[in-house]
Amino acid sequence: MLTVDHLNVWFGHHPDRVDAVQDASFSVAQGESFGLVGESGSGKSTILRAIAGLIDTWSGTINVAGRPLTARRRDRAFYKTVQMVFQDPYASLHPRHSVDAVLSETLRLQGMDDIDRRIARLLDDVGLGRGFRFRYPHQLSGGQRQRVAIARALAAEPRLLLLDEPTSALDVSVQAEILNLLADLRAEHGLTYVMVSHDLAVVGHMCDRLAVMQGGRIVEVMEVGALRQGTARQDYTRQLIAASQGYARA
Amino acid sequence: MNQARPAPSRKEWLLSDAPQTRRQARLGALYQGWLTFRGNKLAMLGLIVLVGLIGMAILAPWIAPQSPFAQNLANRLQPPSSEHWLGTDALGRDILSRLIHGSRITLFIVGTVALIAPIIGLFIGTVAGFAGGWVDQVLMRITDIFLAFPKLILALAFVAALGPSIGNAVLALALTAWPPYARLARAETLTVRNADFIAAARLQGAGPLRLLIRHVWPLCISSLIVRVALDMAGIILSAAGLGFLGLGAQPPMPEWGAMISDGRTYILDFWWVAAMPGIAIFIVSMAFNLLGDGLRDVLDPKGAKE
Repeated sequence: MLTVDHLNVWFGHHPDRVDAVQDASFSVAQGESFGLVGESGSGKSTILRAIAGLIDTWSGTINVAGRPLTARRRDRAFYKTVQMVFQDPYASLHPRHSVDAVLSETLRLQGMDDIDRRIARLLDDVGLGRGFRFRYPHQLSGGQRQRVAIARALAAEPRLLLLDEPTSALDVSVQAEILNLLADLRAEHGLTYVMVSHDLAVVGHMCDRLAVMQGGRIVEVMEVGALRQGTARQDYTRQLIAASQGYARA
Repeated sequence: MNQARPAPSRKEWLLSDAPQTRRQARLGALYQGWLTFRGNKLAMLGLIVLVGLIGMAILAPWIAPQSPFAQNLANRLQPPSSEHWLGTDALGRDILSRLIHGSRITLFIVGTVALIAPIIGLFIGTVAGFAGGWVDQVLMRITDIFLAFPKLILALAFVAALGPSIGNAVLALALTAWPPYARLARAETLTVRNADFIAAARLQGAGPLRLLIRHVWPLCISSLIVRVALDMAGIILSAAGLGFLGLGAQPPMPEWGAMISDGRTYILDFWWVAAMPGIAIFIVSMAFNLLGDGLRDVLDPKGAKE
C-alpha cells in the first residue's frame, strides 16, 4: 500500500538547512496499521506531511498503492486514496465553517453525489448523529471536533489514513473513545493506517508494526509483539520503553 | 437586523446549541452577534445616529424645510431662528436644508470608498500573503509606495490629475485608502495560511483560488469590517478636506466640507455658517467610531467568542 524508500526531508536553504528526516525507509501492507514513534522533533510528523504532499522539499521515493509520487503535484486520485487526520482538532476545523459546510465542501471537492445522504452517513459513522450537522466548531467539544475531522478524512472514502497524533490534544477518557472509533472504522472499511504518536501505549494498542525514530532517522522497525515483550534490539528503543513504563507507574 | 424583540420561543430557537437547519444555524450566529452588539450602549447610540442619518438621506426632499439651492440675498447670514433653525449662509440659503441634502453626498462618498478600498485591500493583501515569494514582494512594495505618500496629498494629486468632481474625489480617496487594508489582510492571511484546516482543505484537492475565497477571506473580513468602521470617520474628514480645498463637490452642491469652506470667511462674525456643518461631520464621525468599537466586540476573532 505504501512504500517509503530513502526518504530525506529538509527545511530551509544552505547555511540554515535543517534535515528533519534522513534516509527513512519502511513499507506498510494493505490493511495494516503502522506506527511511527519517537520523541518530539524526531521527524515522525514530517514524514506524514511529506507523504500527504504538504511539504515539497523531499527526496527519495514514496509509492502509494503502487504509484510513485512526485515532489510537488498530487492528482485527484491521490486525494481519493490518502487522507490525513491532524493532531489538534482545535486547529484543523475552520472556525467559521459549520460541520455541514466542512463535509459538503469536502464531498463536492471529491466529486461525490447525493451529498445530504452521505453527510448523514458520515456523521453516523463517526458516532456524532445528525443533531451535530449544523453546529459550528465552537459549539463542539475537543472529542467531537476530532470526530468531525475524522468524518472529513473519511468523506473521500480513502484507503490509506495518515493519523498525526490524533488523540494527543484530547482528555484521557476521550482519547480511548477516539482510538476505539478509529479501530472500528479500520475494521469496517478495511483501511490502512499510518499513525504517528509519542505514546507507546497508544501505538501498542492500535498498530501491528512500528518504526522507532530518533533525530530524523528510523532506528528500528519492529513488531508490536516485540514491543510488548520488551525485546527491542536497539538501546534507544529500550530506553523509550523504559521511560514510558516509568511514566506509567509514577 | 430587526430581531430586537423576538418571542421567547423564537429566541430559544435562535439560540439553540443544536440547530436543525442551515438557516437556523446562520440566523442563530447572527442573533448571537446582535446580542453582543446590543450589550454595548455606546455602539447602539452610534448605530441609532447612523440609522437616523440614512433615514435623513433617503427622506431629504420631504423633510428639508426649503430647497438647498434657493437663494435669498435679502436674508443672508441670518443667525439661527425659528424660521431658519440653523441660520442661513452667505447666499441666504437655509443651512439645515443644505445639511439634510448634504447627508446624501456624505453617505455616497463614505459608502463608495468603504466598498472599494477594503475590497482592493483584501484582494491584494490576501493574494500577497497566500502566494508568498515574489508575488508577495511585488504587491507589498507597491503598497509601500502608496503608504509612503501622505494620504491627502496623494488624493489631491489624483483629483488634480482627474479634474475636480465628487466622483473623482471618491476615486482618489479609495485609491489612497486601500494600503492599510492590504497590510491588515496580509497579516491575517499569514496567520492562517499554514493552519491545519487549510492543509486539510488542500488535501481534499482544493485549489488556491478556492482556499483563498472560501477559507482565507472569511477570516480576514471581520477584522477588515471593524477597521473600515473605525476608518469611516477619517474618510468623512478626508472627503470634507477635499471639499474644503474645492477639489471635491463643486458649488452649489451642499457637501459638508465645502460648506465649512464657504463659512470660513465669516467664521468670526457669523460662526454658525461653518460650525453647523462642522458639528454634523463631528456627530457622524463619532457615530462611526462608536459603531466600529461595537463591531469589534462582535466580530473580532480574538475576542471572547472563539
